[in-house]
Amino acid sequence: MLELTADELSMFPSQLNAILDRVAEMNQLDIDGVEPTAHPYELSNVFRSDQVKQSADLQQRSLAAAPEVEDNQFRVPPALGEEL
Amino acid sequence: MSQQNEPTDELNEATLLAQRVSTGASTAAAELENYLATIEQSEGEIHAFNTVLADEARTRAADIDQRIAAGESVGPLAGVPVAVKDNLCTTGVDTTCSSKMLEGWKPPYDAAVVESLTAAGAILVGKTNLDEFAMGSSTENSAFGPTRNPADVTRVPGGSSGGSAAAVAANFAPLSLGSDTGGSIRQPASLCGVVGVKPTYGAVSRYGLIAFASSLDQIGPFAHSVTDAALLYDVIAGHDQRDSTSIPTGIPTVSDGLDAGVEGLRVGVVKELSGTTEGFEPEVARQTQAAADALAEAGAKVDEVSIPTVMAGLSAYYILAPAEASSNLARYDGVRYGLRQPGANTAAMMRASRTAGFGSEVKRRIMLGTYALSAGYYDAFYGRAQKVRTLIIEDFERAYQDFDVLLTPTSPCVAFPFDAKTDPLTMYLNDVCTIPSNLAGHPAMSVPFGTGADGLPVGVQVMAPMLGEQTMFRVGAALENAAQTITNGGA
Repeated sequence: MLELTADELSMFPSQLNAILDRVAEMNQLDIDGVEPTAHPYELSNVFRSDQVKQSADLQQRSLAAAPEVEDNQFRVPPALGEEL
Repeated sequence: MSQQNEPTDELNEATLLAQRVSTGASTAAAELENYLATIEQSEGEIHAFNTVLADEARTRAADIDQRIAAGESVGPLAGVPVAVKDNLCTTGVDTTCSSKMLEGWKPPYDAAVVESLTAAGAILVGKTNLDEFAMGSSTENSAFGPTRNPADVTRVPGGSSGGSAAAVAANFAPLSLGSDTGGSIRQPASLCGVVGVKPTYGAVSRYGLIAFASSLDQIGPFAHSVTDAALLYDVIAGHDQRDSTSIPTGIPTVSDGLDAGVEGLRVGVVKELSGTTEGFEPEVARQTQAAADALAEAGAKVDEVSIPTVMAGLSAYYILAPAEASSNLARYDGVRYGLRQPGANTAAMMRASRTAGFGSEVKRRIMLGTYALSAGYYDAFYGRAQKVRTLIIEDFERAYQDFDVLLTPTSPCVAFPFDAKTDPLTMYLNDVCTIPSNLAGHPAMSVPFGTGADGLPVGVQVMAPMLGEQTMFRVGAALENAAQTITNGGA
């Protein structure tokens, strides 16, 4: 979710169109039967060992950065009952 | 080439400093003061830093000196001041990504590379400026104002790691760390006249690097010399179980054997990225050719090689990177950290926070990435770009059957004036030589090689296949040697 300033609204369409026009050069390459690449190499899930670690301090430090906190939880404005 | 034309020792600033400090010939405190004085003198003009940590650095230097006096070994970077890009997490120290979104945010943990620096005895001197969230090639997109190029303060330092490149070039620190998603270490290294390395994807842990495009991002060193860059690379490279993309085994160390030379190595000069390509400055082309000639003279087998799809890398990148960024940057919602703007409900609060927190380039990329991933356009843009990525990797594989390393310019141009490239697409074209290595996950480095227009630094790029760092650094060292010889009027 983003809103744009008047300046951004006037400059973005031509800029984004120019970028999309440029990337259309990819259409000249034959990609029939080519597999897509999502990562430089094959990834597999990594699991850490199941060890109990101290985390209470990290909780406090993480909450310390939040704009609004209540009862050790992140507080936000009403999420329900309003048009999104 | 005779022995006296070897690179001068002064270039190996970090290596020598660590030796002096660890042998007691000097102290970390005294060495640090030299750099802090330079910062004091010139930082106002250069603006390499978002945060300078002078007091913290002094405390740390005193601690290192105490440990050395007590007979402890403090590590390979004993007392070496290091500047760190402001998208790497540092406990309790502002980490902003040069964005209003994270202004004042203090991470609850250190990035893995920051832990490695600490363990090696280095001193964190500050957090360096960047294009907002590492999106840009000039550091002009910083929400806190641009960094100026120490080689010419009327020009950009490149980007996005412009602050880290400028910090080394201006002697604010002998070493720095940056991140490179499409050239963000190598291009500013080239424009500022220092060495910059993008390691193999997965060779350096990204735990604590604030994500931009996760399949492309990699952390790497800046230094005055290849030897110093190797020293820092060896400190930060290695497996880390906290990064699921970290390579488990086989990550090379590079400091040993740097001076083994290039006799018999096969060097391919990439035809499509040579000087004759449209938009490449002739002086940049000339220096790249001179670098190829120098390697041939040093005993390498140099030949031209074609990577037919390499030019399409730019297009694939400017779909893939924004797509990944649009997903990664969804986390900035004003809930857990960062900027919050008031709103009547949660959705309005999030929208207002993101609108106020992000600058124009970030918004452009979020929109571009969201568009490329949206139903109806996915196959035409994101899917196609992923397949072009495969074609580029296959082209590289073919080239590396015949060559050990590939050579190109790092940037098509030398440092350009501020506001010279206000059109985004024009700015993106700066990355045409550097992007392919990110798409392939391969290592690449920029080594200063002479000067171009207006006497400004030119960088030459050495690319190598996956985990080919040892050979790449060897070629880098040979290029540095040759550049020094030419500067000294030898050969």
